[in-house]
Amino acid sequence: MKNAVGRDIPDTLLTGGREVYQGKGYMDGKYIQKASPRTRRCEKPQESKLVDTIAQALRDCGAKSGMTFSFHHHLRDGDFVVNMVMKAAIEELGLDELTIAASSLGAAHDPIADYIEAGKVVGIQTSGIRGRMGEVVSAGKLRTPAIIRSHGGRPRAIEGGEVHIDIAFIAAPTSDCVGNCRGIGGKSNCGSMGYAMTDAKYADHVVVITDCLVDFPNFPASVEAIDVDAVVVVDSIGNPKKIASAAARISQNPRDLMMAENVAKVIASTPYFKEGFSFQTGVGGPSLAANLFLEQYMDERGIKMGWAIGGICGPMVELLKKGKVGKVIDVQDFDLDAVNSINQTPGHYEMSASQYADPANKGAMVNKLDFVVLAALEIDTGFNVNVLTGSDGVLRGAPGGHPDTAAGSKCCIIVTPLTRGRMATVCEHVVTVTTPGDCVDVLVTDYGIAVNPLRPDLVECLDKAGIPHVSIEELKDKAYSLVGRPDDLEWEDQVVAVLEARDGTILDVIRKIKPYQG
Amino acid sequence: MIPRPKPERFRLRRTMMFMNAQKPGLIKDAYIYGCDSIMLDLEDAVAENQKDAARFSLYHALKTIDYGDTEVIVRINGLDTPHWQEDIRVCVAGGADGIRIAKCESAQDVRTVEAAVERAEEEFGVEKGRTLLMAALESPKGILNAYEICSASDRLFGVAISGGDFRKCMQTKFQSDGVDMLAARGQMLLAARAAGVQCFDTVFTDLDDAAGFEAEVRQNKAMGFDGKSLINPKQIRLVHQIFAPTEKEVLQAEKIVRAYREQSAAGVGVFTVDGKMIDIAFIPGAERTLKLAKACGMYEGDL
Amino acid sequence: MEILQAAMAGTLESSDAQVTVEPGDGSVELTLSSSVMNQYGRQIKATVLETLERLNVSSAKVTVVDKGALDCTLKARVECAVFRSCGASAENIPWGGAIR
Repeated sequence: MKNAVGRDIPDTLLTGGREVYQGKGYMDGKYIQKASPRTRRCEKPQESKLVDTIAQALRDCGAKSGMTFSFHHHLRDGDFVVNMVMKAAIEELGLDELTIAASSLGAAHDPIADYIEAGKVVGIQTSGIRGRMGEVVSAGKLRTPAIIRSHGGRPRAIEGGEVHIDIAFIAAPTSDCVGNCRGIGGKSNCGSMGYAMTDAKYADHVVVITDCLVDFPNFPASVEAIDVDAVVVVDSIGNPKKIASAAARISQNPRDLMMAENVAKVIASTPYFKEGFSFQTGVGGPSLAANLFLEQYMDERGIKMGWAIGGICGPMVELLKKGKVGKVIDVQDFDLDAVNSINQTPGHYEMSASQYADPANKGAMVNKLDFVVLAALEIDTGFNVNVLTGSDGVLRGAPGGHPDTAAGSKCCIIVTPLTRGRMATVCEHVVTVTTPGDCVDVLVTDYGIAVNPLRPDLVECLDKAGIPHVSIEELKDKAYSLVGRPDDLEWEDQVVAVLEARDGTILDVIRKIKPYQG
Repeated sequence: MIPRPKPERFRLRRTMMFMNAQKPGLIKDAYIYGCDSIMLDLEDAVAENQKDAARFSLYHALKTIDYGDTEVIVRINGLDTPHWQEDIRVCVAGGADGIRIAKCESAQDVRTVEAAVERAEEEFGVEKGRTLLMAALESPKGILNAYEICSASDRLFGVAISGGDFRKCMQTKFQSDGVDMLAARGQMLLAARAAGVQCFDTVFTDLDDAAGFEAEVRQNKAMGFDGKSLINPKQIRLVHQIFAPTEKEVLQAEKIVRAYREQSAAGVGVFTVDGKMIDIAFIPGAERTLKLAKACGMYEGDL
Repeated sequence: MEILQAAMAGTLESSDAQVTVEPGDGSVELTLSSSVMNQYGRQIKATVLETLERLNVSSAKVTVVDKGALDCTLKARVECAVFRSCGASAENIPWGGAIR
């Protein structure tokens, strides 16, 4: 069945009331029945919940084959926890038929690809999937199609019971002996623990894994002891160098800077750019560099930013410290400047993934956003964006908060070079629709700016400000004139991943790729 | 194949950006940054054993890439190398707008290149005189011969000083106040103006020293340079800003040109604008200001 | 042109291609790998073979490791490798003739 972005969704997936994507805001006003976990009572006073090993914690929580384990990705490419837990479950306890439900997976998790190939891990639910895992899933080696969700879609699915977490594993930079966790104060700090919060509330069992045990009470806690069954102390939960980079430096790449300057120009031309405006930006080169130019426009107009959200890094913390933004509220931190600032700098707070972006709750922050600046792997002439699959059809990305912020914000700006090497970023049809075109307002490339025809008001703003813009078709034609028109990818029938829209309908499917055999 | 319009000998050249002709990722779209000229480099940027490969790259880039209004100049290898003749062949065959002669020291150097260019134009059926020349002065001898170099050829549109080699010859180093090259810049400017060609300043290589770059560009403008060689696209904006005329200058220039056209139609040679006496000598300057203003997006009038 | 000895041109940098030619045994044998194989493999192959044909190369082992090069770069690398293999890459190149 074709959905609202023209993607053909196999009927076999449309079971149990599952629908195809119908457009932005389709689920608004509908009711959701929240799931409730079955949890163990800890009525008698406990001295401590420490257990010696991950294997012991798994046994204590009744780990069995066929279960779903959840993880959060604040340790990013430095994470050791997913691999440690899966190794204990599969190699020590001999479990199989396992499903991993992670907020994201990345380069650190290549070893999981072996468990997929061996049939031990049969299900993956995640936002990001990259590296070897992306390759084996794309090759059809995972028994069930992977389920890809946005950062807002994940807490929605957990709260609604579409994902039932048997055991949630919390990678905690610090914890006390009963499981009050924080993202700071240890040796593998990550700052915010926003993606772990819903997991802890909705899992049947919760195991904290830390490499820094601190005195009780570890307060204010990001994940609270009231939800925790066991605490395991390990030598190291991750490689700090890969958890948070020293400091996210603003790109010096002239192409990035040129695009960033144009992003700021576009922002400054809209009526939303006024005292107290709200803003989120990605941490990619041109997105982050937009901060720099935006500050110049803020100074020029004598206005301040009201608040900023997102994954946060140094340049935004700088603005907070300079008094140019009122509050910074984050779900994840990308560099040490942000890690060291959260809950320390006045005005810098932590939030959960649900509070950030969940489309089924009653007050997600993304819905109050004026501007979001985002990157793209591909964007097509319908303004549909792909941030999940490479243009070769292989899984190597993550929707993350992209679809959530695009849908919630008043002005969503995509910034990307027109081509990358020989790949046309602006194309006729994206390989996978991760963010529907009706949520995307402006495209800024190194070859020109295009405004979504759904937004004539923004067209007028740009015209008034004398900012030149062209149609997205012209940009696509220019891209193809540079790199040549790509051949259509060829696919097998097998669906290797299902991409859920943030509201839980099916936005797209990824099939097994048939490689070109020269 | 992208047909390029016939190069214009005297056009706006505020910014001339160097690009390694051997790097496909760089040369494919260097024009997007909005410099007036790009300088594809076959000389210092290309390793000795890659000169041949760079020429193949350059040829196809010239033939395939639509550089639009951006001028495309190629810096060829010095006349003391085995490469310059083939460099000239590929430039002319590919249709480059101009050739920058490296380490030029005499009028004879210009004439040597000009002769080779003419032979190549004949060989490849290119309109005679199409390929422009500019000379880079990199030694004291080049500076002392600046006037004869500037007047050596009708193809030559300008001269540029090249600071790196020049400072070495002079046993000096970069000085923030420009005193290291003050005499040379002045001498070259005098020669260029006397011969009626353009004059360009050398590159500023410390990308982290924004204040130093700005000071140098301001000095360039104050001394009367037409433009500057650049090594990075992020230097373009500042040069264009500093070389831009003020709004007052644009208004004044428009008034002068308008008044001149009206008065000369009526047969009047000397007249006043805002109480200032104006004659034909003011016109080229005023026209140049308007041209610059148009390029900077400051003037959309019909003059 | 006859491939006299093994020669190489290009790099493994992004947007470039590394082309190696070696003497063949009567036919053109092309080994291609590319970072954009699924979308551009067919076009890259066509460009490389066309270029070899234009240079009258009928016997060669050709290896192309493509890192997302545009057609103009692919042509330049193939041509340079072939001319180098004949020791003829330094001067008197037939610009606009066999090279176009």
